[in-house]
Amino acid sequence: MNVLNEWAFIGVLAVLAPIFPMLPIGAAYLFRPHKPNVLKSQTYECGVETVGDTWVQFRVQYYIYGLVFLVFDVEMVFLFPWAVAYHRLDLFAFGAGFLFIFLLADALIYAWRKGVMAWR
Amino acid sequence: MACTGLCDLLVQGGMDAGLAQFISLFFGVVLVATVPLLTVILLIWVERKIAARIQDRIGPNRVGPLGLLQTFADLMKLLIKEDITPAAADRLLYNAAPIVSFASVVLIWAVVPFTPYHYGVDLEIGALYFVAVASFGTLAIMTAGWASNNKYALLGAFRVVALLVSYEIPLVFALLVPVLLAGSMSLVDIGYAQAGMWFVFMAPLAMVLFFISSQAETGRAPFDLIEAESELVAGFNIEYSGMKFGMFFAAEFLHVFTNAVLLAVLFMGAWFFPLWQEPLIGFFWLGVKASLLYFISLWLRNTVPRLRIDQVMSFNWFFLVPVSILNLLVTALLVMVMKEIGWVPLDVAGNMALQLGTTLELLPMTVVLFASNVLIMLPIFNRLRRIGREQREAAEVRSRQRLALTPAGD
Repeated sequence: MNVLNEWAFIGVLAVLAPIFPMLPIGAAYLFRPHKPNVLKSQTYECGVETVGDTWVQFRVQYYIYGLVFLVFDVEMVFLFPWAVAYHRLDLFAFGAGFLFIFLLADALIYAWRKGVMAWR
Repeated sequence: MACTGLCDLLVQGGMDAGLAQFISLFFGVVLVATVPLLTVILLIWVERKIAARIQDRIGPNRVGPLGLLQTFADLMKLLIKEDITPAAADRLLYNAAPIVSFASVVLIWAVVPFTPYHYGVDLEIGALYFVAVASFGTLAIMTAGWASNNKYALLGAFRVVALLVSYEIPLVFALLVPVLLAGSMSLVDIGYAQAGMWFVFMAPLAMVLFFISSQAETGRAPFDLIEAESELVAGFNIEYSGMKFGMFFAAEFLHVFTNAVLLAVLFMGAWFFPLWQEPLIGFFWLGVKASLLYFISLWLRNTVPRLRIDQVMSFNWFFLVPVSILNLLVTALLVMVMKEIGWVPLDVAGNMALQLGTTLELLPMTVVLFASNVLIMLPIFNRLRRIGREQREAAEVRSRQRLALTPAGD
């Protein structure tokens, strides 16, 4: 029950938090001038007329980083309980943690040696 | 359910228990969320003053005493500025992004313990909650860049994603060190675990790593390439004007200060200080420590040049990530070894319990951990210095060759 109460706080805050930035934006609606025209509402881009569409397929240079991040992000979720329980575990827990991190760090080293981690 | 403080008072006054609980909850939430809102107004003035001093200027000094009312004047200006939504933008996402950006920072404050008894909520997974909520801000920046339908904004958004996927790894690996030492993810417990000795002495390296990665996550210089003025004009917020731009601005300022507060809680002993220890004074000490860290962050921002995206990436993947992994493993091993030797304070069940140790009892453990951190860093710094020197010498050779080619007496 206590746990639910804690999350109720987060729930209420999550509902209220967007209201704080909405208030000044809402207040601005009352004071600001609003006279849009075709030229004004063009995409800015340094005053030069936009060429082509922006929402295009783009070469994602951080693709490899994304993959490696995914691996590490999942790993970190498993490491949190390990770190929390660490104060009451024995040396075996360190070995297990070491092995777990090593298996993934070793993939990082492999990618590093292959040269795919460099930004191109 | 626990019903104390205001809730208890309302029930005694004859109110329905459920309603009283909701009202006290609501009141607490508003109180927690108001602290950052009031802080940000002052922060903008502080930041502008410090930036001005570093750049040998005076800074705002016209509106009010010492320019203190400058922020209010800016607020007025933003209120009466026309707010243009580009016709090509995705209206829903475009308008939602500044709100999400600010709200995500306010959400972090739910778990910040101001004193041992004054906090929004003491979540058992506070540290994980912080990591989760902080990514929302980055998500908002990404959304803003995409929804603006502007190529500069889109490039900024791409860089944000690249930064997020990179710097979150050293951030969390550094965060795991205090979690491991305190044996809890709750920020209140982590605060209590530093009663005898602050974690900055036990894990200085983790603190530096956390500081650098949080600086990168807020997109501040030297990692401000998401809004690099000289190349991307303003990056993700190029199309924003009026109050919506103001919200992005305020969210960034607040995020930096929030990170300073979290650093103070995680590594600088939260509300503890050797002098004058009272529950309510803890709030003051936390403020002092957070301000100090905030100042260092501003100092860094105003003195270090912006990095290129490839430099930012290699700095993370070839330096921060390996070092943070190594640091976690070495700390874990040493803690285990010292537990066997008996240098670690234990509770009745024989488990490590740092909150029970006095400063003197924790001293040998601290010395060992500090020395291990120094030993990790020494060879790495040496290598970095060698690489730097090689690059400098190569550049000198190049410039000498160029000079030799130029005809003299032109």
